Amino acid sequence: MAIVVVLLALLIGSILFYFLSPWHLTPLASNWGSIDGTIQITWIVTGLVFAAVNLFLVYAIIRYRYRRDRRASYQPEDKKLEYWLTGLTAVGISALLAPGLFVWGRFVNVPADAHIVEAVGQQWNWRFRFPGEDGAFGRVSTALVSADNPFGMDPDDPLGRDDVLVDAPKVVLPVDQPVRVMLRSQDVIHNFQVAQFRAKMDLVPGQVSYFWFTPTRKGDFEILCAELCGVGHFAMRGKVEVAEPDRFEDWLSEKPTYRDVRSRDGGDPAAGEARYAPCAGCHGPKGQGMRETGAPKLAGQSPWYLIRQLQHFKSGLRGTHEADTRGQQMRPFARTLPDYEAMADVVAYIGTFPDKAPARTLSGDSDRGERLYDTCAACHGAQGQGDHQSNAPRLAGLSDWYLKRQLEKFQAGIRGGHPDDMYGWQMVEMAKVLVDESGIRDVVSHITTLPRKQTTVADASDAGRSE
Amino acid sequence: MANSGYDAVSHAPPAEVGEMELVHPKTFVGKYIWSQDAKVIAVQYGITATAIGLVALVLSLLMRLQLGFPNTFSIIDPASYLQYVSMHGMIMVVYLLTALLLGAFGNYLIPLMCGARDMVFPYVNMLSYWVYLLAVLVLASGFFVPGGPTGAGWTLYPPQAVSPGTPGINWGIITMLVSLVIFIIGFTMGGLNYVVTVLQARTRGMTLMRLPLTVWGIFMATVLALLAFPALLVACLMMLMDRLLGTSFFMPAMAAAQGHDGGSPLLFQHLFWFFGHPEVYIVALPAFGIVSDLVATHARRHIFGYRMMVWAIIAIGGLSFVVWAHHMYVSGMNPSFGFLFATTTLIIAVPTALKVYNWVLTLWRGNIRLNVPMLFAIGFLFTFVNGGLSGLFLGNVTVDVPLSDTYFVVGHFHMVMAVAPILVIFGAIYHWYPKITGRMLDNRLGHFHFWVTFIGTYAIYYPMHYLGLEGVPRRYYAYGDTAFISDSVQAANVGITIAAFVVAAAQAAFIFNLAWSYFHGREAGPNPWEATTLEWQTPHTPPRHGNWGDELPVVYRWPYDYGVPGAEADFIPQNVPPAPAESSAGGTGGGRT
Repeated sequence: MAIVVVLLALLIGSILFYFLSPWHLTPLASNWGSIDGTIQITWIVTGLVFAAVNLFLVYAIIRYRYRRDRRASYQPEDKKLEYWLTGLTAVGISALLAPGLFVWGRFVNVPADAHIVEAVGQQWNWRFRFPGEDGAFGRVSTALVSADNPFGMDPDDPLGRDDVLVDAPKVVLPVDQPVRVMLRSQDVIHNFQVAQFRAKMDLVPGQVSYFWFTPTRKGDFEILCAELCGVGHFAMRGKVEVAEPDRFEDWLSEKPTYRDVRSRDGGDPAAGEARYAPCAGCHGPKGQGMRETGAPKLAGQSPWYLIRQLQHFKSGLRGTHEADTRGQQMRPFARTLPDYEAMADVVAYIGTFPDKAPARTLSGDSDRGERLYDTCAACHGAQGQGDHQSNAPRLAGLSDWYLKRQLEKFQAGIRGGHPDDMYGWQMVEMAKVLVDESGIRDVVSHITTLPRKQTTVADASDAGRSE
Repeated sequence: MANSGYDAVSHAPPAEVGEMELVHPKTFVGKYIWSQDAKVIAVQYGITATAIGLVALVLSLLMRLQLGFPNTFSIIDPASYLQYVSMHGMIMVVYLLTALLLGAFGNYLIPLMCGARDMVFPYVNMLSYWVYLLAVLVLASGFFVPGGPTGAGWTLYPPQAVSPGTPGINWGIITMLVSLVIFIIGFTMGGLNYVVTVLQARTRGMTLMRLPLTVWGIFMATVLALLAFPALLVACLMMLMDRLLGTSFFMPAMAAAQGHDGGSPLLFQHLFWFFGHPEVYIVALPAFGIVSDLVATHARRHIFGYRMMVWAIIAIGGLSFVVWAHHMYVSGMNPSFGFLFATTTLIIAVPTALKVYNWVLTLWRGNIRLNVPMLFAIGFLFTFVNGGLSGLFLGNVTVDVPLSDTYFVVGHFHMVMAVAPILVIFGAIYHWYPKITGRMLDNRLGHFHFWVTFIGTYAIYYPMHYLGLEGVPRRYYAYGDTAFISDSVQAANVGITIAAFVVAAAQAAFIFNLAWSYFHGREAGPNPWEATTLEWQTPHTPPRHGNWGDELPVVYRWPYDYGVPGAEADFIPQNVPPAPAESSAGGTGGGRT
């Protein structure tokens, strides 16, 4: 009869678990309380059936346990009983289905007053686009996607000129205004999931999908990709900030339109030369980096990455951790650059420096490092060349001592720990993949061998695994 | 009247079955390697499926190590984690469960339970196994090719299955797809055999409505598989062409220009789930059938509502083809499909619930022997009720939205289509091992195995539903610092990992029991459970090639004559002719009250 005791214990335990477990739906932050309602109905109906069926099972096992002198009752069917059970089950099922379909009717019908935002997914980042003053999105095409045009905007479509481009994984939405989220992927399938909003939908390359909701609670909410999209899936994060409409308008007005982005001319090296003067003290006159000052090599680094880091230093996304003394040193220098143009100028000047390979100062097992680097290569490229699409900087040609220190800082959250630094957050998680002490050393000593020429077919296929 | 066996179709004239010529090989190799005997083929299927299944079990333990103790083991990086996820899923669903339930149990039980000498096409049946073995070897080769096996998830969704950023896009995905194609070819050979044997080779008197539910379950599952696997076959071939020939069936234009344009990733999902959902029932229906026979035999009572059980199997089989898109509620397909597929999905719950009621009602007013197979059957009932009810969350489109792609789904499908069928498979092995080997499995080891497996798996999967409720996503290598995921989730993951290791370790006792009892088990005799169905009435135990000696058995009654009032024993085998008093009542449908 141990089975009876265990079944009862599991039955009671399961029901108690529902009430006592610390894990429940996260506090709702959208209009979809009705979804929570359907879940609640389902808990009640299924909970009752679960208890009833199993209690009857336990009763039958106790009452009709084997006795030598007993015969089972012989009654092959009982039409009436079976009809009753069918009918009752059908009623229970309808009680679940009817509210489910009712709420689904609301889910598929977007309110006419909903405003629109587009969420663009690519491995493993989010970007956002607002339609601008004309209320309509310009044409896009994945064929047009490039480092200068990460959204794939069609330059010939006048509707796209005023589209507001948010080239970062964070979006602000106004509270209490219904929003239709248009979903577009540029590579594989992703899913826009914010647990607190309940609603979610896949982003499918080659088409535009959508869902709608009304954010009802102010605050920051994490976007987690909920459809397997490759090795970086677990680190594909974004953030939705739900705020007062004023704050939303301010935020949006700071973001460049497509027209603004197109008018950027890539900076003026001559104007940047003067601005670079304060940098030279630490980074060296030719941006070669100096170990004594702890300043990394700048020559050869991708311009978009340098600008982003300057912006991060300036706004405090980077260099504000109390243990990040080097970062703190950098912040005042970044603040001397008044605007985007100034940053573009200085970066353009850096672009004129010769890119010389730095001296190696570390030794590690670069064969093991090569295997470890597979994970890194998914974003940074097999040759460490960097990739704007995945927001990953160039690694090849950087000093090994600098790479090592950054990985250590990421692991400790000293860099990338700012709650709004989503790229940094991603790198924090990725750096943790290197679990042992020699991991960093090994992978860095592999990176110092990059870029390499691929010589054999076997090399090519190995690299392709995570290219 | 009270004395009569229940038989709604006893007026039907017995079918005449011709004798079949069998090849009786003389050599060891002919008997046990290139064997055409369905019983040997069954064991070959069983051993191969178990072997590759153990690989998948190890993969699940590696995943649990990472989830329980993230950033601890240097061999587990994000790519290998996804490879474990993908291979674990595909092996367990297709190469273990499908092969074991249809290839092993189907081969062993269909001819014996139908009263046939063998499968109708013994040579094709043999080929089916060897092709299956080839499929397993090609699949396993994925572990050794450059880049390793695919990491696209067992669902293999394009574009990521063949796109940069996913492990195994060079070789792993190709070995996977080729292996599936080979598997489907092999399965078709076996499946046609099972269907034709059930339809054409039943012995005299074995009408369709006298078939044991095991045969009904395996038969219907095979019909589903023959109709569903072609969808997977074309999906695999189309993806192979996308990968190798540059076609664009499933490949849209993508940012990383690969020369593709215009394909539809959703088309693959429709094809995959048009196979994938019936696949759930390809696994479940044989388990439903087998557990019916375990429950009836060990409760010493006829199955309650036999005809309803048969029609429920048929109804579930039919409905399983019109529910596939419930896997795609948030896939980006036209959301209006949700209305249709939620409705069909919840309708399928009605015949499924009826089956559960009838199992419990079979125990009710029975005379229950708590033998090890019965314990596993009860474990199945409890687990399946849980897994079935959580299906009502995910099938109901609105409720599914917040829960899809979370651990709620992982908990649900493991309960309903991993643990539940596996408990039935274990019960079935304890039940039929005496017939297969002539010896009983050790009882104490059996009890140990049952308790650890039943309680342990519940401890693994039940809490997962709650993690999913909180929003913990599945297929994540690590969770990092996520505000809405509470710290206690990590504690739960540690607990689940420990439970998984305990359950896995307990399987060693089972494997040991299988080996030890083969030599040292108690002699079983021909019918240790006092069962009614034909396989227990063979002249030899284990049955020889050809099963039945000189004469095929003749069937006079339905398979569940347990506790017939007035009869001497509490069971009457199907091949026992009616007593004079019984036959006078024949044809009136007597026994129903």
